[in-house]
Amino acid sequence: MSTYSMKKIAAYAAAALMIASPAIAAIVKVDNAKSTVNIVFKQMNVPVDAKFKKFSASIDYDAAKPEASKATVDIDVSSFDLGDAEYNKEVLKKEWFNAAAFPKASFVSTSMKAGAGGKLDVTGKLSIKGKTVDVSFPLSVKKEGNSQVFDGNLPIKRLTFNIGEGEWKDTGMVADEVQIKFHVVTNP
Amino acid sequence: MAATQRYSNFSIALHWLIAVLIIAAFILGNIMVDMRISPTKLKYFSYHKWLGVTVLAFVAVRLISRLMSKAPPYPDNMGKVQTYLANGTHILLYVLMFAVPLSGYFYTLAAGYPVVYLGLFDLPVLIAPNPEIKDSLKSLHEILNKVMFVLVLLHVAAALKHHFYDKDGLLNRMRPGI
Repeated sequence: MSTYSMKKIAAYAAAALMIASPAIAAIVKVDNAKSTVNIVFKQMNVPVDAKFKKFSASIDYDAAKPEASKATVDIDVSSFDLGDAEYNKEVLKKEWFNAAAFPKASFVSTSMKAGAGGKLDVTGKLSIKGKTVDVSFPLSVKKEGNSQVFDGNLPIKRLTFNIGEGEWKDTGMVADEVQIKFHVVTNP
Repeated sequence: MAATQRYSNFSIALHWLIAVLIIAAFILGNIMVDMRISPTKLKYFSYHKWLGVTVLAFVAVRLISRLMSKAPPYPDNMGKVQTYLANGTHILLYVLMFAVPLSGYFYTLAAGYPVVYLGLFDLPVLIAPNPEIKDSLKSLHEILNKVMFVLVLLHVAAALKHHFYDKDGLLNRMRPGI
C-alpha cells in the first residue's frame, strides 16, 4: 500500500475514534436501592399501591445514540408487596402470579427510539406468568447529578397474562388495567 | 304513668335507620374478617366501609337535630339515678357512633386503602398510608366496637325493662308511625 493511503486510513481511523469515543455505549450500573418497580391497580375502584421489592435492571444506555440502547428488567415475582402479609401470600398463588411455576417476570427492550418531548419510545417484550407480550411505552430520561434517572409508565391488562383466574377474572373486583411504573436510577 | 310525648318523626326515622345500618355493618364486620380471601370477602369489606361512612353522615345529622330540639321528657317515676344512667348511656352512644366509624376510616387510610363511596366517590384521604399506626387503629376500631356492642345491649335492655317491666310507656318515645 502507498504511504498516502496508509496515512489516510490512519487519519480516518483517528477521526473515527475521536467521534466514536463519546458515543461508546456504556452498560450503566443500576442503583437498586434507589430504583423502584411500582404497581398501581384498582380494587372496586379503590387505587391500590404495590411494588416489587426485588428486581435487577441492566441498562445499556447511549445518550448520543439512544436507538442503540438496551434495557432489561428481571423481577422477582415473590417480592410483590402490597402492604399486607396475607394478601402478599395470596397473590403468589396459582390464580394470580403462580410464583412457584413462574418465579420471574421480565422486560427486555427491542428498540429505544428518540420520541416526542425528549422521551424515548421504548418497545420490548414483557413476560409474566409464562406469557410474552409486545409492549411499548414512553420512557423519560434525565440527568440528576452524575446519575441517569429513567421513568416509564407501562399500562398492562392483567387478563392478558392470566393474572387473576377463575373467580378473580371479574374486572369489577380487580380492574383489568394495571400500571407498572419503572423508576431506574443509575450509579455514576 | 305513660310517657306522653314522642320524638319527632325525623328523629325516629333516623334512629331506626341508623340502628339498622349499624347492625348490618357490625355483622358484616364480624363475618368478613374471618373469611378466606375471595372476591366476596373484598365486596364485604367495601360494603362495610360504605355502611360505616353512611352511619357517620346520618349520625352527624341526628346529633344536630338532637341538639336543636328538645327530646321528649323521661317518664315521671324514673328518678335521678336512672336519669343519669340513661343520659350517660346516650351520650356515650353518640360518642361511639362517631368514634367507631372514624376509627375504621383512619384504619383503612393507614392501611393504604382509601374509601371510594359506593364505588363512585373518592372520599378525602385525611392521612397517608402509615404501616406503623395501622395495627393500633385496627385494635382501636375493634375495641370501640366491643364497647358499643355492650352499650347497645344495655340500651335495648333498659328500653325493654322500662316499657314492659316498669310499664312506663318509654318505647312510645321512639315508636315509628304517624
